[in-house]
Amino acid sequence: MGIFSKFVAKIKGESTADPLDWQVLETELLGSDLGPTLTSQIIQSAKLIKGGDALVSLTQILNEHLSAKSRTLSKSDQTTVIMVVGVNGTGKTTSVAKLAAHLKSSGSSVVLAAADTFRAAAVDQLQTWGKRVGVEVIAGKEGAEPASVAFDAATRSKELSSDYLIIDTAGRLHNKSDLMAELEKVKRVVEKTLVVAEVLLVIDATTGQNGIAQAKIFTEAVAVTGLIVTKLDGSARGGVALAIESALDIPIKFIGTGESDTDLAVFAPAAYISGLIAD
Amino acid sequence: MFDSLSSKLTGAFASLRSRGKITSSDIDATCSDIRAALLESDVALTVMEPFIETIRAKSLAALPTLQSGTNQAQAIFEIVSAELIEILGGAARRVRFAKNPPTVIMLAGLQGAGKTTLAGKLAKFYADQGNTPLLVASDLQRPNAVTQLQVVGESVGVPVFAPEPGNGVGDPVKVAEQSLAHAKTKLYNMVIVDTAGRLGVDAQLMQQAIDIRNAVNPDEVLFVVDAMMGQDAVRTARAFEDGVGFDGVVLTKLDGDARGGAALSIAKLTGKPIMFSSNGEKLTDFDIFYPERMASRILGLGDVATLAEQAKKAFDGDATAKLEEKFARGDDFTLSDFLEQLEAMSKMGSMSKILGMLPGAGAMKKQIENFDESEIVRTKSIVQSMTPLEREDPNVLNGSRRARIALGAGRKVQDVNSLVDKFTAAQKMMRQMRKGGGVPPAMAQGMGIPAGMGAGIGGHQHGGQKGQQPAKKKSKSGNPAKRAAQEQG
Repeated sequence: MGIFSKFVAKIKGESTADPLDWQVLETELLGSDLGPTLTSQIIQSAKLIKGGDALVSLTQILNEHLSAKSRTLSKSDQTTVIMVVGVNGTGKTTSVAKLAAHLKSSGSSVVLAAADTFRAAAVDQLQTWGKRVGVEVIAGKEGAEPASVAFDAATRSKELSSDYLIIDTAGRLHNKSDLMAELEKVKRVVEKTLVVAEVLLVIDATTGQNGIAQAKIFTEAVAVTGLIVTKLDGSARGGVALAIESALDIPIKFIGTGESDTDLAVFAPAAYISGLIAD
Repeated sequence: MFDSLSSKLTGAFASLRSRGKITSSDIDATCSDIRAALLESDVALTVMEPFIETIRAKSLAALPTLQSGTNQAQAIFEIVSAELIEILGGAARRVRFAKNPPTVIMLAGLQGAGKTTLAGKLAKFYADQGNTPLLVASDLQRPNAVTQLQVVGESVGVPVFAPEPGNGVGDPVKVAEQSLAHAKTKLYNMVIVDTAGRLGVDAQLMQQAIDIRNAVNPDEVLFVVDAMMGQDAVRTARAFEDGVGFDGVVLTKLDGDARGGAALSIAKLTGKPIMFSSNGEKLTDFDIFYPERMASRILGLGDVATLAEQAKKAFDGDATAKLEEKFARGDDFTLSDFLEQLEAMSKMGSMSKILGMLPGAGAMKKQIENFDESEIVRTKSIVQSMTPLEREDPNVLNGSRRARIALGAGRKVQDVNSLVDKFTAAQKMMRQMRKGGGVPPAMAQGMGIPAGMGAGIGGHQHGGQKGQQPAKKKSKSGNPAKRAAQEQG
């Protein structure tokens, strides 16, 4: 990624920084969607670095902005329930399929719930993925109550005592309070049967500063436990995910890097940071 | 969507207004406020810096001519507004229709931008205008994209050309090519080609888009962009411009609260007009993009023009004329009229959307978003539980009638009482309006029209401010400030 290359050159090299150069760096950070707040924080900390190993110091600055929370999926005693949420078009359904493939490949049994009963053909889309990946999909009719589909799926996976249940939900803009209430209901109803261990928010890497508002409001509604950052195979740098980690202390857990069901990787912060600062 | 940007800008201008005489350092401070607001809004840096410089230069140039009298803050406000409109694309452009039908429209964009939904909205928009569109399923990549388009097509009553099942099977270029012949034989006058989402950096898929374009030779290639996009909007737009090329832009998900800086960036950098905007999950939530309306929304002026247009569509001519006639004859406004109005209002869309278009709406954002839409349904159900006589003359509503109505509507008697009280008050107001003309200023204020903003800027006419003489002469406000205002008016 190397978005910090100029930045590193700057603090590695000269000890005096003229104001114009800091502006160039600011431009670069802002251009990666880190946002004005995080950018000014990073620049302020970086300005304090004098002497010593700049690279080590910078890694440290960035590390401080990452969440300290665990990045591995929590595991319940019974079926581990993972809810996948997000605004429209971020790649929730595809991420659900990838996650299922990922868990299945490590030998776990997985059930999917097609609780996106709103978007045309979303249920079919998940069923097609289910067949490809080879996992059972619990679906209601289009237009069915999403909470009831999720409840049925929870009951079914408990019967099957499957290791995981992944619930795909309809995309919703976070400023629609009725749709957010619907999402809360899905979670509440599932929890009558099983504990929801993870609520993963899918963030499109091309998203700008609105990503922070999304994360904030989804967290208020359903207590988001982690992020999946999608479409990182494009030209977007996904800096907003770093801004979310920094502002809201929600860890990135997975990244999506393509359209195939294997294009999902566990987020590795060390690699991410060295990727950011590599020249 | 631009609400947050507009509230920031409104803040910047409020502090500018509070100063009597504006100096060049005030302008610097305002410019830096505007810069911060645009940064939060994801406006590309390459677009923002020249924008700020232009504002600064034009404001400074305007300063000497404004030294005496005139509202200086207002003048600067107008400079910013004009610049925003310019960037957003000047005048809106319409789709170019082919001389020999079918007119071919091709959609292109990133994954998840909302192309398939948009294809349906576009088809409905043109079908409603008397065209005969054909939707073409050329997204054979994403699982069940073809099914999705079929469902969408069915719900808008537009046929879908889908010879291939998709899910990786079939050649999208061939499908697009065949659709033209199909449209010609079946006499469709418009073809809308939905394509797979692709990344700007994916050379292979970009080539496929180019092949589709070459196969159908579209009259318009529309680039579909998510309004929530960040700084990458510029790189992506460039990649699409250099790859498949496009003639116009469509902004989607405008009903979110993203500040939509991407729109400004793309319009400025590619010079291509934003032609349509899509702002909701319903297939009718779609409109032509109006730069001047959007600019006035950014500046916190609301979108009165759109509201008026929607009202015209929703309140059908006959009913409105009948009501006007009645009004002129001196007949009373009855509950049946009220019911008709409620129904027309529901046709205009959700209440929160209507309220959001009013000037100063930014300030009441939270309340608007949380407006309980079912309140209208409840009110309607109460009126619908009344007999025709009761609707014409609420005076007959005695206790037992009210109890029956409450039972019929599934509401409490208090709800019926409160509706009748409110209606009687409204009826009284209507009578006074007929005598005095105009909405009382107190009501205009209650609607959130900011003082001193309504007149002048942007040339919007607010109905509430036309007739300034207060209709309610006999009752004076208990609030001394309000009373003074009433007496002045």
